[in-house]
Amino acid sequence: MTKTDKTDAAKAGDRELTFGGVWPYAPSPESTDHVTIAPRHELFLGGQWVKPKTGEYFATIDPATEKPLSEVALAGDKDVDAAVKAAAKAFPAWRKLSGEDRARFLFRIARILLERAREFACLETLDNGKPIKETRDVDIPLAAQHFFYHAGWADKLDLLFPGQRPEPLGVIGQVIPWNFPLLMAAWKIAPALAAGNTVVLKPAETSPLTALRLCEVFQQAGLPPGVVNVITGDGRTGAALVRHPGLAKVAFTGSTEVGKEIQRAVAGRGVELTLELGGKAAHLVFEDAALDQAVEGVVRGIFFNQGHVCCAGSRLLVQESVQELFVDKLRRRMDRIRVGNPMDKNTDMGAIHSQAQLARITEMVGVGVQSGCALYQPRCALPTKGYWFLPTMFTDVTMSHRIAREEIFGPVLSVLTFRTPEEAVEKANNTSYGLSAGIWSDKGARILWLAERMKAGVVWNNTFNRFDAASPFGGFKESGFGREGGRQGLRAYVRLAGGWLPG
Amino acid sequence: MPVPVPKTYKLFVGGKFPRSESGRSFQPNGNPAINVARSSRKDLRDAVVAARAGLAAWSGSSAYLRGQILYRLAEMLESRRDAMQQELVCGGATKAAAKKELDLAIALCTWYAGLCDKVQSLLGSQNAVQGPFFNFSTVEPTGVIGVLAPESPALVGTLALLLPLLAGGNSVIVLVSETAPFAGLALGEVCASSDVPAGAVNLLSGLRQELAGQFAAHRDLDGLLVAGRPDAVLTTAAADNCKRVRYCDLSAAEWRTAARLRSLAFVEPFVELKTLWHPVAQ
Amino acid sequence: MASSLSPVEFRVPPVDAVALETRVADLSTRSIKKAAKVQGLKLAIQMMDLTTLEGMDSPGKVRQLCQKARQPLPSRSDIPACAAVCVYPDLVGLAVEALRGSSVQVASVATGFPSGRTDRVTKLREVQLAVAAGASEIDMVIDRGAFLAGRYGAVYDEICAVKEACGAAHLKVILETGELKTYDNIRRACRIALLAGGDFVKTSTGKVSPASTLPVVLLLLEAVRDHFLETGRMVGVKAAGGIRTGKDALRYLVLVAETCGDRWLSPQWFRFGASSLLNDVLMQLEKERTGRYQRPTDFSAD
Repeated sequence: MTKTDKTDAAKAGDRELTFGGVWPYAPSPESTDHVTIAPRHELFLGGQWVKPKTGEYFATIDPATEKPLSEVALAGDKDVDAAVKAAAKAFPAWRKLSGEDRARFLFRIARILLERAREFACLETLDNGKPIKETRDVDIPLAAQHFFYHAGWADKLDLLFPGQRPEPLGVIGQVIPWNFPLLMAAWKIAPALAAGNTVVLKPAETSPLTALRLCEVFQQAGLPPGVVNVITGDGRTGAALVRHPGLAKVAFTGSTEVGKEIQRAVAGRGVELTLELGGKAAHLVFEDAALDQAVEGVVRGIFFNQGHVCCAGSRLLVQESVQELFVDKLRRRMDRIRVGNPMDKNTDMGAIHSQAQLARITEMVGVGVQSGCALYQPRCALPTKGYWFLPTMFTDVTMSHRIAREEIFGPVLSVLTFRTPEEAVEKANNTSYGLSAGIWSDKGARILWLAERMKAGVVWNNTFNRFDAASPFGGFKESGFGREGGRQGLRAYVRLAGGWLPG
Repeated sequence: MPVPVPKTYKLFVGGKFPRSESGRSFQPNGNPAINVARSSRKDLRDAVVAARAGLAAWSGSSAYLRGQILYRLAEMLESRRDAMQQELVCGGATKAAAKKELDLAIALCTWYAGLCDKVQSLLGSQNAVQGPFFNFSTVEPTGVIGVLAPESPALVGTLALLLPLLAGGNSVIVLVSETAPFAGLALGEVCASSDVPAGAVNLLSGLRQELAGQFAAHRDLDGLLVAGRPDAVLTTAAADNCKRVRYCDLSAAEWRTAARLRSLAFVEPFVELKTLWHPVAQ
Repeated sequence: MASSLSPVEFRVPPVDAVALETRVADLSTRSIKKAAKVQGLKLAIQMMDLTTLEGMDSPGKVRQLCQKARQPLPSRSDIPACAAVCVYPDLVGLAVEALRGSSVQVASVATGFPSGRTDRVTKLREVQLAVAAGASEIDMVIDRGAFLAGRYGAVYDEICAVKEACGAAHLKVILETGELKTYDNIRRACRIALLAGGDFVKTSTGKVSPASTLPVVLLLLEAVRDHFLETGRMVGVKAAGGIRTGKDALRYLVLVAETCGDRWLSPQWFRFGASSLLNDVLMQLEKERTGRYQRPTDFSAD
């Protein structure tokens, strides 16, 4: 399209497209009658539900309605200690168990998760606020895949590490975030168990229900008591866990800030550590790209899971020659994102996970507006109750703007431009993060040239936000270290003969 | 007999042999006869800049070429055997021990020389993902790595930490043994005659007490490999930019055992895995 | 034959097949229930070109089809008529007669349908005869041989010539996407049809498998949308062949609704070419009305 055509088109108001006026979709809520939620959840220690020694509980709410869903136990230092002891007690028998038997437990867990898939999807959507379409099609199937995938490793460790005498590490302390509650639990627990370790898992304060429900699956599967222990609580609980001297390894997914605190907390103890932290991923779109599909990739990159994704493509770098055209396409596509009731099967974007996160997003969008970046949000009615934020795009953003540097962890896209592949690489890597990157181009040689230069642990070429249990995931630089998924992910749960000591 | 011409022990930074910018020197083990450059934090700063530049050249070379260059190190050590043994003796080793250490040093070089073009195959993978995607994981260097070498063995201690990092494609800044820096610094001369790109290997001498914390805190160092027990102070400082940190605490016997010093497991912590997804379609 | 347009004009953006199909898979999860379902199914009937294109087509068969198109479900007055009946040229006059007084249009295939392997003079003559017999819509086939040989100008010129022969009749350009094979080819063929003045782009003859697919129709919808935004001219899309169930039809409508939006959600701009689809849509509508699953033999088999 030439410049003149574009201006003509803009003048002709009758060339705009409208959506949803002629044929609105009726509500299509997922039924929840098969999901019951106990009014109170205890800690899962040594295969039993145990009251917290603190005697304290806190509420977890549905962020789409602000209604409390259940009360959850607050684990204190003594509870953390009891959990680590339960895991330590279970460790000798679990490591001695044949790999084949460990595999059978993990296979069984994967199967039960699929049998109860809809229950887990509903529960996750209620507790987290993400759309049922995503929990149903992404979170739960992937979580099950992680158990199934790692089950197969449990009796093949000597194939993977020939001559290196693979051994489990011991008790693993795992702290996971609220953006993919069940999936993160599966990413952490499955490889740990496959390698013969036992686990103390601390789910996020605001999304504990699916990890607790997973304990029921462990019970159904007959997993020996103490092999996995789940303690709920807030930041203090997590801090107490990572400081516990009984741990052989700590695995953390969350913010870079907390990740660094954990690295300091375990410093000098010889504890293994893997960190999967924040990101500010660049999503590169070249003029020769399949632009309509690139639009879909960008949308999937930043609006998937309300943008609560560490690898979200939050910085769109588009070649200057197609910037206007591409942003037009993107704007029109954003108009069609369906924001609302997460339980509705047609909802594309659900609720922001918490009030605190909503405040952070609101603050950062305010910063963007104040710094002169151009804001675009589709017109769309939002529910009155709950935490909501519209899909948001900033144009006229430069590398020095705060919104282009800081992780927002919400549905906020910053659009920048580049002129040459070299400039694209320079801008993409101009961050202390290095988790992911996306490249849209139709030219194979250029894609590989760019991918080679991206300082990022995952590079999506002509796709974005794809995950698989067989595909290692994790970051460069301050996005952390260690991988999850694939054989390299399993490596982080195994001690081999020789090697250096962890710090 | 003409008057001997003793060597000035200088640093090796960016392919050059500078003195410390601070103009300071120290006498290792209190030996009043020898002055060795005493690096400052600014020398470290300059070394990081040099190493950052050297990283592009080193990691950009083909793995085959890197292997050839490490093999060249072995050749150069062999041809300078007498001089290197002299440096070890100067650092307090017996002649017999120095000879054995040279043998081991050369053996490490040839082993890691042959590893360079295997790392990708050994640590990378093609991954069987769902859907029409070609998915593979490749290995890349972590970046610029700081090394605090052990006090002894002076040569093998440096090489055993340096070589796996180089095999992974990293550029390295080594703080060599404080009490016996001679052989470690002399490695610079070996590197300079082995086509090691400027900045890929940088050697500093000085007081560990003064410099260790600077290594840990420098935000443009991507990793830290320390001889000794895990050190809470160093790791805590290193957490500021999520450095990859490893410690190396070997017994004297282990330091003499080739099998203990040659391992893929030494390469692993200082490489990054990059996973690429690409659609497959007509 | 030299075209009046340079080959540069036929350049199109690349299409990423996997991402295109991913988008379709995502949109196919749309859950269309209750009022939306009823409205969508009725819309699908209004958009339907009831089609019979067989060697065994007879006057009796065409009359039955025309009756079905006028009144798909006589027991329900709220069920709309179909958009058109689509036949071979020699049966146009009969169909015009049978549909007189109704809103149902008569569409005729032409230009050596389905292969198009005949000379230009014969193709144009066929078009003229069909129009003269009363067809208000002409479904032509493009010269896939010329296209695959890279003679894009020849394809363009032929569409232009057919368009001229159509006069006031609407021209639907059948790309026969099942023979073009790649999405890049389809996008380019679509571009040629748009530039040559086609009023509709249509996926298939129904004689080649695969006929219409969701990703292909999404691609065509994106192309006509972009053409509209670029030039202000609207072009319709017709999905033909292989669409058998009401559920399929709703999936297509979702693509229309979320790619081109409100403007295209009308029989003027989107059509289904189908024969067995209608009865399934009617069954679904009856199921919505009564709450009971239906028996196929209760619906007239025309």
